[in-house]
Amino acid sequence: MSDRTEFRFAGSGGQGLILAGIILADAAAIYENKNAVQTQSYGPEARGGSSKSEVIISDSPIEYPKATMVDYMVTLTQESFTKYIKDVKDSGIVIADKELVTDFSNARGKLYLVDMVKSAREELGKLLGLNIIALGVLVELSGIVSHESIEQALMKRVPKGFEDYNKKAIEIGFRLAKEIKKQ
Amino acid sequence: MAKNIKLMQGNEAIAEGAVIAGCDFFAGYPITPSSEVAEILSSKLPKIGKVFLQMEDEIAALGAVLGAALGGAKALTATSGPGMSLKQEHIGYASMCEIPCVIINVMRGGPSTGLPTLPAQGDVMQAKWGTHGDHAIIAITPSSVNESLYETIRAFNLAVKYRTPVLILTDEIIGHMREKVVIPDKSDIEIIDVKLPGVPPEKYNPYNYTSGEVTPLAPMGEGYRYHVTGLIHGETGFPSQKTDVIQNAQNWLMDKIYKNIKDIEKFEEFQTEDADILLVAYGSTSRSSRQAIMMARSAGIKAGMFRPITIWPFPDEQISALSKKIKKILVPEMNMGQVIFEVQRNACGSSVYGLNVVNGEPITPDQIYEKIKEISKI
Repeated sequence: MSDRTEFRFAGSGGQGLILAGIILADAAAIYENKNAVQTQSYGPEARGGSSKSEVIISDSPIEYPKATMVDYMVTLTQESFTKYIKDVKDSGIVIADKELVTDFSNARGKLYLVDMVKSAREELGKLLGLNIIALGVLVELSGIVSHESIEQALMKRVPKGFEDYNKKAIEIGFRLAKEIKKQ
Repeated sequence: MAKNIKLMQGNEAIAEGAVIAGCDFFAGYPITPSSEVAEILSSKLPKIGKVFLQMEDEIAALGAVLGAALGGAKALTATSGPGMSLKQEHIGYASMCEIPCVIINVMRGGPSTGLPTLPAQGDVMQAKWGTHGDHAIIAITPSSVNESLYETIRAFNLAVKYRTPVLILTDEIIGHMREKVVIPDKSDIEIIDVKLPGVPPEKYNPYNYTSGEVTPLAPMGEGYRYHVTGLIHGETGFPSQKTDVIQNAQNWLMDKIYKNIKDIEKFEEFQTEDADILLVAYGSTSRSSRQAIMMARSAGIKAGMFRPITIWPFPDEQISALSKKIKKILVPEMNMGQVIFEVQRNACGSSVYGLNVVNGEPITPDQIYEKIKEISKI
């Protein structure tokens, strides 16, 4: 149980965070032969509302599939930050978008404010791919899977014609995380 | 990599298992949290020459499935709570007419529309008693994505073998979570196919209540003509009110399942050998239970688990045997107490405790561990 690493992607329905979780789980389970379980939780709405996607990665079999002691959390809305931060460990790492999250009154763990939206806007030209940037940040910060594995898993799920766009997005994430590490 | 390993959702694994089992026909009406089963089969089945039908509601969906099955198809539908309530009349019809079919219920919170996106285990008794009249049913509760695939194949086999509806009760957690699945080669697994009767049409009776053998269901259109009715019927299929026919028909509906229980039962025991506390848990709750048992054992409390995989017919014999040596039993369920009554019925002098959490979240290992600690002090 102790080698469980718990990831939580929290945001709003439609931001693609469930997909980000699936790609991370796929990279760990298929390309690195670890155990991985991905779950999600959302309300009855098709868009909007708080949603979260969780990934547990472990070398041992994973029984309880949900996160209870979160090691890494990335949040892309204020609502989800406030709602889902309570399970973050004291030693946990929280990555919040610098523009989208501004109220840190119930913050836990080590908080990093990262310019994910700004980078998407400036370097990708739109917010599509914000989920992949967030995924890149988490992978680089946690070192849970290699760049190669996550890129393979990413390419498997990306629609034709969007390979380069997504490759660029994940690399933005890697770079942003490297900048954090220097802090 | 020799093995074909994929990361997939529980619902996807059910669809995959159905295709491997030779599912010819799916009819359904989408409902959260089961919709992925329909969605995936709507793409897969037509590509291999099989049929996918979206019907106007859940009642019609099971009606279409039963029609297809009478035509010799291996047929499937998938739904959740509200849809399961609607299907009850046709489940009775399938039992009465002995029409094989597989029904997936990805359980969500209820009653009524309840909690569409959140898990529960509130439909276990409905699976057994939901439709009126005495009948036996087979229901299976997988606890992982991998098991969802293999148990779907087994469900099709049991449906054909015993000419009965077989229910798979998963829940929102198992249905929506993704984990590794080992996709089997068809050559490595047993598949029971629909076969023609061994007698010519003029000698065929669609039912047999006394031989102990399940009569093959002759597919409509193969020259075998017979009557199908939800009225109590004799071995020719025509209605009857003769007392001996009625009694034989009723006995048969129970006997064909209960007298073959050794073939139908399936369960797992985890650290029961030296256990002082026995957990009886199924589906996603068994995962939390296993983790709680490991926590308890590290703290010096000897706990173990009996996990029914076939939940109906209920594993009376095993619970009864275990309760002779383990005097404290805990039944954690995401409902207000259903399987606990079956356990109490079988417990030979053991104390049976429940842990009932119905708040839209899965029961956590911590909650179960706390209860184990509490019981260990009694």
